Amino acid sequence: MPLLEVKNLHVTVDSKQILNGLDLAVDKGEVHAIMGPNGSGKSTLAYVMAGKPGYEATEGQILLDGENVLSMQADERAAKGLFLAFQYPLEIPGVATMTFLRTALNAQRKARGQAEYSTPEFLKLVRETAGKLEIDPDMLRRGVNVGFSGGEKKRNEILQMALLQPRLCVLDETDSGLDIDALKIVSDGVNRLRSPDRAMVVITHYQRLLDHIVPDVVHVLSAGRIVKTGGKELALELEASGYAQFQGEAALAP
Amino acid sequence: MTAEVLPMKSGAELTLAEAFATAKAKLPGGAPVAALREAAFKRFAATGLPTWRAEQWHYTDLRAMLREAKPLPGLPSDTAKARAKDAGKLIGDVDVRRVVFVDGVFAPDLSDLDNFSPGLSIRSMAEALTAGDKLAAANLGNVVQSEQEGVIALNTALMRDGALIHIAKGATVDRPIHLVFAATGDKPASVFTRSLVVIEPGARVMLLESHDATAGHQVNTALELVIGDNAHVDHIKLTSGPEDLIHVSSLMAAIGAKARFNDFAFNVGGGIVRNQLFVRFDGEGTLAGLRGASLLRGKQHVDSTLVVDHKAGGCQSREMFASVLDDQSRGVFQGKIIVQPHAQQTDARMMTRALLLSEEAEADNKPELEIFADDVQCGHGATSGALDEELRFYLMARGIPKAEAEALLVQAFVGEAIEGIEHAGLRDALMEQVVAWLKARGGR
Repeated sequence: MPLLEVKNLHVTVDSKQILNGLDLAVDKGEVHAIMGPNGSGKSTLAYVMAGKPGYEATEGQILLDGENVLSMQADERAAKGLFLAFQYPLEIPGVATMTFLRTALNAQRKARGQAEYSTPEFLKLVRETAGKLEIDPDMLRRGVNVGFSGGEKKRNEILQMALLQPRLCVLDETDSGLDIDALKIVSDGVNRLRSPDRAMVVITHYQRLLDHIVPDVVHVLSAGRIVKTGGKELALELEASGYAQFQGEAALAP
Repeated sequence: MTAEVLPMKSGAELTLAEAFATAKAKLPGGAPVAALREAAFKRFAATGLPTWRAEQWHYTDLRAMLREAKPLPGLPSDTAKARAKDAGKLIGDVDVRRVVFVDGVFAPDLSDLDNFSPGLSIRSMAEALTAGDKLAAANLGNVVQSEQEGVIALNTALMRDGALIHIAKGATVDRPIHLVFAATGDKPASVFTRSLVVIEPGARVMLLESHDATAGHQVNTALELVIGDNAHVDHIKLTSGPEDLIHVSSLMAAIGAKARFNDFAFNVGGGIVRNQLFVRFDGEGTLAGLRGASLLRGKQHVDSTLVVDHKAGGCQSREMFASVLDDQSRGVFQGKIIVQPHAQQTDARMMTRALLLSEEAEADNKPELEIFADDVQCGHGATSGALDEELRFYLMARGIPKAEAEALLVQAFVGEAIEGIEHAGLRDALMEQVVAWLKARGGR
């Protein structure tokens, strides 16, 4: 059984049909890239998986370990091991990053029936993980993402991912707004989390990120459906020829 | 002789008039105080209880809200005193000197009156009035002329007791003074307390004021603060009580030059609460922060109204009021900043924010600037809205359940105002109250 199985997914946002019968299966240990032009439904797929209010699945299923997550709240999905790294991480003034991380980690552990981390255990874990991502400990005392640069926000997403140890990581345009150095730090962070027990769905418009996070499978999304699937060479092909041909294909699709 | 026309006509107003007529001979103070009371009651009688027609009371029609006035309380009972021992708990474990008033009467047996630091004196206002205390006589009702406010005039007429505190020039009061006002009698009553604190130049003090009450009480409390040049004063007022409590509070503060004044009002209980502040800058180079936070639920109504008068130039004032409104509660903020013609270089910023947790809650914000000087920086802002759904989703996407996510966001919202309190222990105590309030709210 695949870790993630999306079947015939139809999604509307503000009564507008965005996903239109999407199928996707991702096995444990695999990294799948989803590429596509603007407006093809990439971010909608990310949000509907994470359970964002307003993203309504009118048909189909999203199965995580065979369990349909569509009826679950966002926090329940997270506790089941689903993690979305946001394209635009939000700023939360007044909630210290440390408080946020600890609350999230312990809430997930509690939901899974695991013991909560003690303060020293937690601090040690955060310091080590943040160090690898070159995150200044001072930043963790500030409000979540408040005053962070674009690159710092993305590193903070990966820090959360590394701490929460999800089984399915969905990365939404993680490369947007990153310079080449930040891209390397973020990609290294992601690559360290690759494991035979974990799957990743990397959503990106550009091939650039896939030089650093090399996918096993590449899908092309257009007009709310997967229109082509191939190996990592498909990404290079897209880089050379653009998305126009697939937009044509989608237009022809029933 | 023509018949006197009384605008007072509501049941509560007539009860108050009777109460004054009966009680005035027994209220503390010699002939000058009696004259002061008589004149004050006349002023009150001329206008009666404020109604929505008075601009400053537009959102809090006290005459309509006060359907019946409770009688004046008798001497505090043993049960009331026993309850007062537990009053003022909102401040947590901050080390303070407690000065306790039960049903409006000073309770020396419950107060901590030993080992005053040099330059500090505290006495009962009733005792001071009876003794013809000069400090009281010189300042009472004179600090900021706001006696056109009917409720303050009523307070002057019926004041029973309170604290009279003097802090000598240059003295530093090491332990915060906690004025504990407990309206804890079994029988619902109208409690009038009046306090005066004179802080001489260069002195330093932290003053806490907490108000607790049992069912049915009506509290009218007033505090006058005289803050000398270079003095540093923190004043934090905490109000809690049952949902049928009516609490009207007036603060009048006159601040000298190069002083610092930090005021904070925390409201977490009471049915109808009016906190009014009249603050005047008399000397240059003073910094003042006037802040507050209110957490309301049920049908609670809290009105924070302030008038900040920049009479002297070169002063800075920061006003920041946050309210969290659940159920059918209503939060009112009215803030007026006046910059007098010669008060150049005034720097005043006023902000009010309301967080609505329910569709039925209401926030009314009315900031006003009256600027008569031309070289000033003044600004105000007001926001009201629901919890940010995007932020809530972000927290939930990390595995934090909805109720906990909302609690974190509310804490962050209130925390911004509470950050204005300088005392770390008190900040923590108030944040704990916020957490407790949220816990009681549960996972709605």
